[in-house]
Amino acid sequence: MAIIEIKKLQKTYPNNYQAIKGIDISIREGEFVVLVGPSGCGKSTLLRMIAGLEDISGGELYFNDRLMNSVHPKDRNIAMVFQNYALYPHMTVYDNMAFGLKLKKMPKAEIHQRVTHAATTLGLTDYLKSLPKDMSGGQRQRVAIGRAIVRQPDVFLFDEPLSNLDAKLRVQMRTEIKRLHRQLKNTMVYVTHDQIEAMAMGDKIVILKDGEVHQIDSPMNVFKYPKNKFVAGFIGSPAMNFVSGEIINEDELFFVNTGMKISVPPPLKISMEKYLGKTVYIGFRPEYVYDKGLGKEKRLSTDMEIEILVVENVGSESYNHFILNGMDTIYSYRSSSSNVHTPGEKLTVGIDLERLHFFDFETEETIL
Amino acid sequence: MRAIKIQKILLMTVLIIGALIYLGPFIFSVIVSFSDNKNLINQPGLITRSGWTLKNYVYIWKDLPFAKWLFNSVLITVIQTITNVFFSALAGFTFAKLEFRGKNLIFGAMMASLMIPGIILIIPKFMLINELRMINSYPGLILPGMVSVVNIFLMKQFFETMPKDLEKAALIDGCNYFQMFWKVFIPNSKPALAAVAIYTFQGTWNEFLWPLIATNTGEMFTLPVGMASLRYELLTDWPAIMAGTILVSIPTLLIFIVFQRFFVQGIASTGGKE
Repeated sequence: MAIIEIKKLQKTYPNNYQAIKGIDISIREGEFVVLVGPSGCGKSTLLRMIAGLEDISGGELYFNDRLMNSVHPKDRNIAMVFQNYALYPHMTVYDNMAFGLKLKKMPKAEIHQRVTHAATTLGLTDYLKSLPKDMSGGQRQRVAIGRAIVRQPDVFLFDEPLSNLDAKLRVQMRTEIKRLHRQLKNTMVYVTHDQIEAMAMGDKIVILKDGEVHQIDSPMNVFKYPKNKFVAGFIGSPAMNFVSGEIINEDELFFVNTGMKISVPPPLKISMEKYLGKTVYIGFRPEYVYDKGLGKEKRLSTDMEIEILVVENVGSESYNHFILNGMDTIYSYRSSSSNVHTPGEKLTVGIDLERLHFFDFETEETIL
Repeated sequence: MRAIKIQKILLMTVLIIGALIYLGPFIFSVIVSFSDNKNLINQPGLITRSGWTLKNYVYIWKDLPFAKWLFNSVLITVIQTITNVFFSALAGFTFAKLEFRGKNLIFGAMMASLMIPGIILIIPKFMLINELRMINSYPGLILPGMVSVVNIFLMKQFFETMPKDLEKAALIDGCNYFQMFWKVFIPNSKPALAAVAIYTFQGTWNEFLWPLIATNTGEMFTLPVGMASLRYELLTDWPAIMAGTILVSIPTLLIFIVFQRFFVQGIASTGGKE
């Protein structure tokens, strides 16, 4: 059963700006769904609409088959964690967590039991009497999560909760939230602009751009089978490389561009025939570019002569940014720590043909 | 180094001279209030030959309705301070956080009213209070100053600097707008509330024109009006007037000393603080 059903949801602001353009999403009970997309894609607006903090201009929002369009946030049985924590500065950690329950006029004993239980889960027992200002960013965010837990909501909503934390803490909190999800088994909707966070956390990823859903799928499927060029470029780090070129027929179908001639992989031959003589995009991820000098046993494309421009060595691997013969676009290729290149180095590489993606030049949709 | 030192000395000198210019009249008033020479103000050269006495203070307490004026001043100031803090916070919150039809128009009209000099409004205000039969009464003295546009503006600006997510968190926690105002925003607005309270206290305590116009019997006077009336009755009794003035200014001074931290914070928060 879908706990949240979003049907043709729209948000239009008074200045006629359409932030959400008729979105359909179905979220099942216990699912961890991540809404991800670049700034201004409408992901936070969508989350606020689910929370009831933003009016719905069109379409329907159901929780457990109940229409929620005009239900007050407090009556939706949701809890929300905000980017800047939004803790009440004048209240202690205990009071911050208990505030919502007190407003519900819950018996004191139950409030106490819920707050102490949440504090134990989150390792906040020693801080219950502290004020938010005396705590670190990570601890504050934990209090904010605690405030959400004590409400025992049907749905947890997270609005970029880790964006204010430093990189190390972010990874740590990411794990904690995932662990919490496994423990509580609640439905969670999580907004982030960070695709790595989305990949790492979500059971299901919703990729948004300009108020429209581009793809909804599991992290691996989104990575392996992107629906269009935008998704392909957005998911994965460093981003996928794109080259535009023509499809020609020389006994078999080839994709050609200056410095590049790649035979169209057999599964795509039939669908690529209608693109004969037309321009298409190909996309290949930096991790599927191989140094031919190392003699990998992959079905690689024909040789490509490249010149390394910049090397980003991150320890476990290197990201090499290069140019192809005669082209001024910069592409990237990932090499292992045992194969470190230097700027200015020239080498021959090939692309794994099984990992190649083709996109329509006009619609930018994946050609299947 | 040397240049900086000289600069510092020069700056200090200027500041000390400035402070003396401001403090001079006050110090002179203190001296006059303790003097037994009723002509001291006309012959300041006689300071050294003047005798010192407390009788001026005793006189204003015993022979004048000073206690009654003090009561009037305290009553009016306390009520106006409380109502100003309450109403301006409420209105400021409304303008800052709620959406309703005509909000900008109403706020604009209120701000526009600031452009009308207060002195012009004295006569219509008097006529209105007179029609309401409130002249020479506490309601007549208190009512016109119960809320001020400047304070509403100050509170609105302050509330606007408070994070939007706090409001959303409160909504999700189940607050209605009044609970949000009372339980979340007010406890976090102490500097702004203190600033409004201090401004209002000072303004009301020292207010002269309205109490002068709205009262016509001695027992309804406030301290500033009472002190001014002394001048006409006694003409040359400067020491008594000065003793009264010193007493009148003590509460303002005390409040300023105790709350100056809030005062500065309040002024700072009227600027754009994220």
